[in-house]
Amino acid sequence: MSTSTPQRASTPPVSLTSRRGWWHRARDGAFRGAVTGSVVVGLVVLVALILQSLIKGWSRLNWDLLTSFPSSFPDRAGIQSAIFGTLWMVGIVLVTAIPIGVGAAIYMEEFADTEAWYNRLIDVIIQNLAAVPSIVYGILGLAFLSRGLLDLGPVVITAGLTLSFLVLPVVIIASREAIRAVPSSILDGALALGATRWQGVSRQVLPASIPGIATGSILAVSRAIGEAAPLLLLGALQFITFNPTGLNSSFTALPIQIFNWISRPQEGFHVAAAAAIIVLLGITLLMNAVAIWLRNRFQQTW
Amino acid sequence: MAVATTQRPASRPLAGLEAGHRRYREKFIVGGLFLCAAFSIVVTVGIVFALVVPSVDFFRAISPVEFFTGTEWAPLFKNSKFGVLPLLSGTIVVTLIAAVICLPLGLAAAIYLSEYAARRTRSFVKPILEILAGIPTVVYGFFALTFITPLLRENWPFGTPPGVFNALSAGLVMGIMILPTVASISEDAMFAVPQSLRAGAAALGATKYEISTRVVVPAGLSGIIAAFVLGISRAIGETMIVLIAAGGTPTLSFNPAEAMQTMTAFIGAAGLGDQATGSVGYKTIFAVGITLFVMTLVMNIISIRLVRKYREVYD
Repeated sequence: MSTSTPQRASTPPVSLTSRRGWWHRARDGAFRGAVTGSVVVGLVVLVALILQSLIKGWSRLNWDLLTSFPSSFPDRAGIQSAIFGTLWMVGIVLVTAIPIGVGAAIYMEEFADTEAWYNRLIDVIIQNLAAVPSIVYGILGLAFLSRGLLDLGPVVITAGLTLSFLVLPVVIIASREAIRAVPSSILDGALALGATRWQGVSRQVLPASIPGIATGSILAVSRAIGEAAPLLLLGALQFITFNPTGLNSSFTALPIQIFNWISRPQEGFHVAAAAAIIVLLGITLLMNAVAIWLRNRFQQTW
Repeated sequence: MAVATTQRPASRPLAGLEAGHRRYREKFIVGGLFLCAAFSIVVTVGIVFALVVPSVDFFRAISPVEFFTGTEWAPLFKNSKFGVLPLLSGTIVVTLIAAVICLPLGLAAAIYLSEYAARRTRSFVKPILEILAGIPTVVYGFFALTFITPLLRENWPFGTPPGVFNALSAGLVMGIMILPTVASISEDAMFAVPQSLRAGAAALGATKYEISTRVVVPAGLSGIIAAFVLGISRAIGETMIVLIAAGGTPTLSFNPAEAMQTMTAFIGAAGLGDQATGSVGYKTIFAVGITLFVMTLVMNIISIRLVRKYREVYD
C-alpha cells in the first residue's frame, strides 16, 4: 500500500504525465487484471474441487458411511475402519514427531552453536528433508520398518512412524520460526534474574511461542492425515473390516481407502470415494482453518 | 512475607548446591534436545541406506547402461525390460505441464499479493490460496480423473480426444496444487525487496506494472527462481495425482493426451503389487527411487542456495 502514495505524487510533473499516456495506463490495467486473474484461477479450482466432491458424494454422506466397514458392495461400503486407522496414526505422530520436532527446534534456536559444523549440517539436512518426495519416505519405511530390518509388516506402528518421519521436518521448521519470533530480550531478562538457560527457555520463550508451534503441529498432523503415497509402499492397501486393536494390528486409512475406491471401475465406488473425500476434506480443511486462526489470533508483535 | 524473609538466609547455602545439581540436569536436558535434532541425521542416513543398498544389488544384475538408455520398461513381465526412459519421459511431460500452469500463475499470484492486493484483501486471499496446498493429493487425483479428464474429453479441439487416463489432466491439476508453493516463496522474496527501490522507481514516474516487472521481480529474482525450482521438484516427486489420473502404462512419448507412467507412479504401483522381498521386481522400486531422489535432491539444494542468496542480499 505504501507504494501507492509516492506513485500518486508522481502524476503532477507534466513532463512525466505526457509520457504516461493511454498506452501505459492500459498496460498497467491489463497487468493488474492478469495478476488478479491468476489468483482467481486458484480460487475457482478450489471451489470447483469442493463442489464436485459435494455433488458427487452427497447421496452417500450419512451416518452409515461413517459406521460401516469396507464392503464389496459399493452402496454398503463405509469408512469406520479407515477413520480409526487414521486416528491411530495421528496418535503416533502426536507422541513421536511433535515432541522430537519441538525438541530439535529448541536445540537449534536456543542451544546450538551455529558455527559448529554438525549444527550447520543438521540445518541443511532439515531443509532438504522437508523437500524429499513423500514416496521416498515410503521406501524408507519399506526398507527398515515394514520389511527388511525390522520386518514388522503393514501394521499401524510401521505406517505411523513412517508418517512421523515425513512430517518431522515440517514440525521442526515451523517450531523454529515460532521460537525465533520471540525476542531475545525475553530470555536475556530471565537470565539476568538468575534463571539458567533452560529455565529461561522452558518458562519464558517456549510459552510465548506455543501458538506458532501449535499452528505448525496442526498443519503437520493434517499433512499426515492426507498422505497416501508412502502408505501404498508399506502394503496398507488391504481389505480391512475391523478397527485396529493395537500397534501391530493391520489397518487401513482414509486416503488409502479413498484411493482403493477410486481405482475400482464401478461408479458406486466413485460415489463412495467422493463421500469419503468430503469427510477427509472436512477434517483437513478444518485443521487448516484452526491453524490459520490460531496464527492470526495469537500472533504477537513484540 | 515474614516467613519468606526468615527462610531465605537458610536456603542460601542450599541454593549454591542446587545450582550445581541444576548444571548437571541442564546438561542432561540439552543433550536430549541435541539428540532430537540429530535424529534428522538418522532419518537422512536411513533414507540413503534404504535407497543405495538394494540399488547396488539391482545394478549388479542389470547394467546401468541398460537402465538409463533402455527405451522399454517392463520389469515385472516374464521377458523383463529395464529401460527407465519411458518413466523419465512420463515424469518430464507431466512436470512440464504442471510447470506451464504453476510457474506463471504462481509468479502472477505473488505479484498480486505483494504489489497489488490491499492489506485486507491479502489477509484473507493468502490463507485461502494456502488451503490449496493443504488439500490431500488423493483428492486432487480424484478431481483430475472425474472432473478435468471428462472436461478435456468432451471439449477436445484436436481430433482424437485423450483417453480416460492421460498425462495432461494430471499435469494441469498438479500445476494448481503447486501454485501456492510457488506463490508463497516468490512473495517472500518480493517482500524482502526494500521499499526504497519501489519508491525510487515511483519517483521516476514508473507505473505499478513497471515497478513490478522491472524493479521488484528482478530484485527478487533469486528467490523467485528458488520457488520455481522447488515447485518443479515437488511436481517430479508427486505420486497420487499421476497414479490416479495418468494411468499405469509406461509410454516413451511426448504426447500429453496419452496415458503415461511417471517414476513415482511406478514406485507406488509396484508397492501395491506386493513384490516378494529381494526379487528383482522389489529392487526396481529402489533403483527408480534413487533416481527420483537424486533428481529432487539436486533441485532442492539449488533452491536452498538461492533462497540463502537473497536473504544475504537484503537482510
